Amino acid sequence: MPEDTSKIDVAYVAYLARMRLSVAEMAKMSAQLQEILSYVAKLNEIDVSNVEPTAHATPLSNVLRKDEARPSVDTKKILKNAPDSARDLFIVPKIVE
Amino acid sequence: MSLHTLTIQQLREKLRQGEVSAREATQAMLDRINAVDGKIKAYLWLNPEDALSQADTIDRSGIAKDGKPLGGIPIAIKDVINVEGQPCTCASKILNGYVSVYDAFVIKRLRESGALLLGRTNMDEFAMGSSTENSSWDVTRNPWDFDRIPGGSSGGSAAAVAADEAIAALGSDTGGSIRQPAAVCGCVGLKPTYGRVSRYGLVAFASSLDQIGPLTKTAADAALMLGVLAGHDASDSTSVPQPVPDYTAPLDRGIKGLRVGLPKEYFIEGMDREVETAVRSAIQQLQSLGAEVVEISLPHTDYAVAVYYLIATAEASANLARFDGVRYGLRVAGKDPIEMYGKTRGTGFGPEVKRRIILGTYALSAGYYDAYYLRAQKVRTLIRRDFEKAFVKCDVIVTPTSPTAAFKFGEKTEDPLQMYLSDIFTISLNLAGNCGVSIPCGFTSNPKLPIGLQVLGKPFGEEIILRVAHAYEQATDWRKQRPNL
Amino acid sequence: MEYEAVIGLEVHVQLKTASKMFCGCATEFGAPPNTQVCPVCLGYPGVLPVMNEEAVRKTILTGLMIDSEISRFSKWDRKNYFYPDMPKNYQISQYDLPLCRGGAVEIKVEGGRTKKIGIIRAHLEEDVAKNSHFETTSGVDFNRAGVPLMEVVSAPHINSPDEAFAYLTALKEILISGVVSDCDMEKGQLRCDSNVSVRPVGQKAFGEKVEIKNMNTISGVRRALAYEIDRQIAALTRNEKIQQETRRWDDGTGKTFVMRTKEYAHDYRYFPEPDLMPVVMTDAMVGEIRKRLPELPETKRRRFVKQYGLPEYDAGLLVADGALAAYYEKAAAGVKNPKAISNWVMTVLLGNVSAAKKTIAECPISPEQLGELVSLVDGGQISGKMAKDVFAEMFATGKGAAVIVKEKGLAQISDAGAVEAFVDLAIAANPKSVSDFKAGNPAALNFLKGQVMKHSKGKANPQLVGEILTRKLQGS
Repeated sequence: MPEDTSKIDVAYVAYLARMRLSVAEMAKMSAQLQEILSYVAKLNEIDVSNVEPTAHATPLSNVLRKDEARPSVDTKKILKNAPDSARDLFIVPKIVE
Repeated sequence: MSLHTLTIQQLREKLRQGEVSAREATQAMLDRINAVDGKIKAYLWLNPEDALSQADTIDRSGIAKDGKPLGGIPIAIKDVINVEGQPCTCASKILNGYVSVYDAFVIKRLRESGALLLGRTNMDEFAMGSSTENSSWDVTRNPWDFDRIPGGSSGGSAAAVAADEAIAALGSDTGGSIRQPAAVCGCVGLKPTYGRVSRYGLVAFASSLDQIGPLTKTAADAALMLGVLAGHDASDSTSVPQPVPDYTAPLDRGIKGLRVGLPKEYFIEGMDREVETAVRSAIQQLQSLGAEVVEISLPHTDYAVAVYYLIATAEASANLARFDGVRYGLRVAGKDPIEMYGKTRGTGFGPEVKRRIILGTYALSAGYYDAYYLRAQKVRTLIRRDFEKAFVKCDVIVTPTSPTAAFKFGEKTEDPLQMYLSDIFTISLNLAGNCGVSIPCGFTSNPKLPIGLQVLGKPFGEEIILRVAHAYEQATDWRKQRPNL
Repeated sequence: MEYEAVIGLEVHVQLKTASKMFCGCATEFGAPPNTQVCPVCLGYPGVLPVMNEEAVRKTILTGLMIDSEISRFSKWDRKNYFYPDMPKNYQISQYDLPLCRGGAVEIKVEGGRTKKIGIIRAHLEEDVAKNSHFETTSGVDFNRAGVPLMEVVSAPHINSPDEAFAYLTALKEILISGVVSDCDMEKGQLRCDSNVSVRPVGQKAFGEKVEIKNMNTISGVRRALAYEIDRQIAALTRNEKIQQETRRWDDGTGKTFVMRTKEYAHDYRYFPEPDLMPVVMTDAMVGEIRKRLPELPETKRRRFVKQYGLPEYDAGLLVADGALAAYYEKAAAGVKNPKAISNWVMTVLLGNVSAAKKTIAECPISPEQLGELVSLVDGGQISGKMAKDVFAEMFATGKGAAVIVKEKGLAQISDAGAVEAFVDLAIAANPKSVSDFKAGNPAALNFLKGQVMKHSKGKANPQLVGEILTRKLQGS
């Protein structure tokens, strides 16, 4: 674990998470997260060199589904929840590549 | 007769005998909600017409008399479970306006069992919290003391059951969110083994930890509910194809010779003295019922909160990425998609959710994955092994559910870490994936607040923990004490 | 200074399955927008993915066809990034433990040699939705979201645009032969991105690589790579540095342009997908899939050359289309002259089928019927010329050759006596031609042949006519 946890760049992480935070929010959160990260640093005390990470909570594998098409959900029903739609498409502000 | 004070078993009997109709039972619930929910605010969404119409359908078809397991029983649903045609806000502004287009698997099961969906209950936003203070809509009050929290995140469901505003309720448990509210509100709350109950339709918080479970007035009711909810679901790849036993039949077998493990790490400084006394008393009660007590150790207990807050937040950061204003819910306009995302999510999520998303995103980000997320998953393996080793020496593990009784509003909101640490007794169970139930085991004296006893079992050991809970319940009468409403 | 190009290709292939990767929605191309969607592929709250077993099988089959190692243990991961065509804003993909690892695709290079292009991995993931752009908005159609997508990553063993073309063609043939995908690039079923760098010949270290996107046809890939290689060489010659960047190919102008850079390079924050269980491969499972292995195109080509005595060109053409190859083999079965079948198939049959806007499967002439026709010609029952007319009749009516020949009395006259009678008739009727021939004019012979054919209504066996006519003319 990084020794210096005071460097969490909240603005950058907020960008990764596509969440716009106010300056005040970022400042408050930065302090709170610093505290939390210092706390979780206690995990460094443990020797995990020969331990496998828990991949799944249940030991299942090969959970597969037959390749069969089944009816879809009615378009109208779906678009009712859309904040903006037109011509049966979900409309968003223009995507500039 | 006060129909609203009945248990599932009691109401079911009356419905089957025809003493009472589903409509009468539903009306009784609506009257009760009308009388007390103005103060408690357990419910976020209630549609009396819809509820009564369901009741009428049940009455007309005779389902309640047919012997369907939950025929005519009014059940409250935590606002995190999809019910077709109903809103599902997860107590978040970002899902304002969203109407479910499908039923969760558990809802299908409830409908098939003849249950009546009464209304939707309040919760911490996206199930993130231990007090229901993080709801974007309203604050739910503990029926025993209106200045105190009902626990979280299934605070609404627990308060509703405790206040007889529902005969039973559904909740979800990721780090204790069924058990802790059950403990602080004085009802029964069960978290099934991970994979026992389908998650299809449960809005995901932490995919490898979430489970849906019942909040009820008695252990027998919880057994009944579990029998309806449990079972394999092909729509959930994590659903385990383990046969569902009859949880009700073996309840009265008693607990003679059962080995009860007491983890030394759970009986520590910092626990409320009255909580400790009540729990030790309960353990003595179990011994008098024939159980043997064994001291065990869960050595990595102290790391559980740290592990949880890295894994759960990491998974949540990805699970909540879909809330972006494109296909449903809140949209705050932007000149391009990035701005739309930023504003929508910045406006739509509350502070606790944002905090966890940032923490989780950070734990997965380039350069930090190994140090945080991966390491946490390794320590999680150690926690799982702790339980496996312990369950060689005992059949169930008994602990307090929460180190304190219900705290006051605002007591822990300024310090997120303090709030997280209050989950210390419940969190390990989700990391290991085992099952656990909280049952009332006493009260604090002043103010009078419920105290919960937690019984933990092996994977798919619900039968045994319910048996212990039931035996204890039958030998005590905490349930006879009701909040003064 | 001589430079060489180093190219790696990343190909995304839509698998030919009935339903999507993680839900049961249909995968038909061209359906009206947002009609093949459900809560799962729309990323609704509360939904969960369930693996499509056929998609897994087709990926394993691909691995077997390209000699990959099939992973004993393979898992799913979340690739996190935000975009309007992403229903969950993470894509379920495979990061560190893909289904297939290693392998190679053989291509033909200059000088008739073959070269193996190494494959690094092949893995499964889900496709994204489709964006359309309007004046101030964009529209998203989620029909495509969730379609099973197999990503095949080649090693940087490709050294020229032609080799890239050959690689893509070979890969496409393999995938079609295994019924893994239809690989129709126009329908977006096969998409290709490329990484290309140049370095001085002999240098071991790689040059700075550039990613090229938006190459929409296999020829387009060749053109784009040719342009980009030249661009890089020119830049290096001017002592400029190559920027590691992503460029977009514009087929219209024939150039690559820098794509608008996203401010930060993507941090995908990969982590294991908690909602999906791993895939554990057993020998039995691989064995089952092995049964589906088709004869690979290259193997088939060699076999056609050997078994049917066909030239490389014919074999190549026939094998390129699985249905055509199957048709050919049925038609050629038990026929003495498989080359003749090949000629008929490649020219007359394909010509008629395409003019009628049909597919080989819809051809009114069955392979057995074609075989019969060719046997009739070989056996001398009808002339080659007559056969063309018979073919046309067969195509129009679906009747067999022998039936038509009988009905229309088109049987070739191969009886020497009968032919002789026609020859005598022609000789008698054209004394001038006879004397012309005797005077040394060979054209007269052809004229007389024509007359014999006319008298016999085209049915006289031309070879016999020639023989008898020549004999008679020389004799007298």
